[in-house]
Amino acid sequence: MTSPNHDGGEILATVEEVRVQLARGEALAGVSLEIKRGEIVTIIGPNGAGKTTLLRVLLGLLEPTSGRVRLAPGVRIGYMPQRIQIDAVLPLSVRRFLTLTGRRSDADLRRVLAEVGAPAVIDSPIQGISGGEMQRILLAKALLRNPDLLVLDEPVQGVDVQGQVELFGLIGRLRQERGCAVLMVSHDLHLVMAATDRVVCLNRHVCCTGTPESVQGSQAFVELFSPQVVTNLALYAHQHDHRHDPVRGKETDRG
Amino acid sequence: MPTSTIIATTRCAERKPTVDNFLLRALLGGIGVALVAGPFGSFVVWRRLAYFGDTLSHSALLGVVLGFLLHVNLTLGVIVVCQVLALLLFLMQRQQHIAGDTLLGILAHGALSLGLVLLALVETVRIDLLSYLFGDILAIGPSDLLWIFGGGTLSLAVLAWLWRPLLAMTVHEDLARVEGVPVAQINWAFLALLALAVALLMKVVGLLLVTALLIIPAATARRFAATPEAMALLAALCGCVAVAGGLAASYRWDTPAGPSIVVAAALLFVASHLAPRCRT
Repeated sequence: MTSPNHDGGEILATVEEVRVQLARGEALAGVSLEIKRGEIVTIIGPNGAGKTTLLRVLLGLLEPTSGRVRLAPGVRIGYMPQRIQIDAVLPLSVRRFLTLTGRRSDADLRRVLAEVGAPAVIDSPIQGISGGEMQRILLAKALLRNPDLLVLDEPVQGVDVQGQVELFGLIGRLRQERGCAVLMVSHDLHLVMAATDRVVCLNRHVCCTGTPESVQGSQAFVELFSPQVVTNLALYAHQHDHRHDPVRGKETDRG
Repeated sequence: MPTSTIIATTRCAERKPTVDNFLLRALLGGIGVALVAGPFGSFVVWRRLAYFGDTLSHSALLGVVLGFLLHVNLTLGVIVVCQVLALLLFLMQRQQHIAGDTLLGILAHGALSLGLVLLALVETVRIDLLSYLFGDILAIGPSDLLWIFGGGTLSLAVLAWLWRPLLAMTVHEDLARVEGVPVAQINWAFLALLALAVALLMKVVGLLLVTALLIIPAATARRFAATPEAMALLAALCGCVAVAGGLAASYRWDTPAGPSIVVAAALLFVASHLAPRCRT
C-alpha cells in the first residue's frame, strides 16, 4: 500500500500529555499524539492498555484527568464505534440508521454505500445484515459527515480474515480518495500492520511509535507483545506485503 | 377484604344513574392514556426501561399520600413525586457502585412501602388503596379527563420534538454524542416526560400495572412495524383496542377494569404471535 507524503501535512488533532484516572486505576499515564492530514495511524496494545479510552478522550466523550486534546479549527470527525448490536425490538432499516442524526438525500446515501461496498442493503433491516456489512455501514455513517479525521475503534472486529483484508484495503482507499486522516485502534496485530503508516504501541503510555517496520524491530514492541507473537507477525506481514489489490469490487460476505 | 366491599358498593351506587356518562368518560380516559402509552412504551421497550417505569409508578402512592397531607391536588402530588424520582434516577445512573437493576429495585419497593406506611400512620387519610394500586377507570371524572388530555398532549408534543435525537441515542449513545446530540439533557428530558406519562397512566390501570400498559402494546406492535414511528402508532392503536376490550369485559362480567384492560392487552399480544408475521 503506498502512502502519500504526509510529513508536511496539516496537523488535525493533538493529544497533549493526557492522563485518565478511572475508578479501576490509571487508564492513561501521560499520552501525547499528533495526527496529520492524510496519514493512517494505528494504536495497538494489549487488552486494558487504554486504547479505547484514548479514543474516547480524543472524541470528547471522556474528560481527561489532566492534559488536553486540541483539534484544528473546523475539523470534522467521523466515528466508527466498536462492533455494535442493535436490539431486534427496534425496527430500523439501514437507510434510517444512516439518517438518524441528519437527513440525507437518497443519492448521497447510495453514493456512500457504493463507496464502502455495501450498495445492496440500503432498505434491509439493520439487524438482518452480516457482521462484515455492519462494519461497512458504520463506516458509511462516519463518512456521511465528510470527515477530515476518521476514528475507527476495532474496525474489523468480528469479521473473517478475508473480510478484514477487504476492510483494511477499503480504509486505505478512502484515505487516498478523500485525503482524510485515519486513527484506528486494533488489538489484532497481523493485518493492521500492512495497512498503516504509523503505529503507536500503547500500554497506558506510548511504548514506541514509528513505521510498522521500525516498530516491529524495537525492543519495546517485543516486550509489549510476546516474542512468539512478534515472530508470527513478521511472517504474516511479509505475506501481505505482496497482496496489492485485495478489495476489488467483491460483494460482501453476506450469509 | 373490607375495603373492596366498600368500593364495590359505592361503585354500584353511582353506576345506576349515570351508566352512559361514566362509561363514556372511562373509554375516553382509557383511549387518552393508550395514545400516550404507545410512543412512550415503545421507547421503554427500545431503551430497556421496563423496570424504570415500575420504579416511577411505585413511587406514585407516596405522591397520593403527600397530596392528601399537604392538601394539594392528588394528580399534581403524584406528578411531583414522580418527577423528583425521575431526577433522582437520572443522577443515580451516573454512579457505578451498585448495579442499576438492584438500585431500581431498592427505590421501587422502598418508595411503595414508604407510601403504604405513611398511609397507615396518617389516620386522617382514608383513601381507597385498591383504586390506586389497580386503577379506577370507572371513577374518572371530567377533571381527570382534563389532566389526561392536557398532560398527554403536552408529553406527546415534547416527545415528538425530542424524537430524532432520542432515537439516535437509543441506537448508540456514543455515536449520537459524537454526532452532536446533547445526550444527557435529552435523557433527563425523556425521563421527566416518562414520569408525567406514568402519572397519567396510573389513573387507568393503577400503579402496579402501569408498566404493563407501556410495554405490552409496544411489544405487540413490533411484529407489524417496519419503522420506529409505525411501531409507536401501532402500539397506541393496540392500547386503544385493549382499553375498549377490557372495559367491555369489565362491563359484561363485572371484572375489575384496570386488570381487564391489561388482560386484553396480553391476549392481543398472544394473538399477534399467532398471526402471520409482516415484513421485518
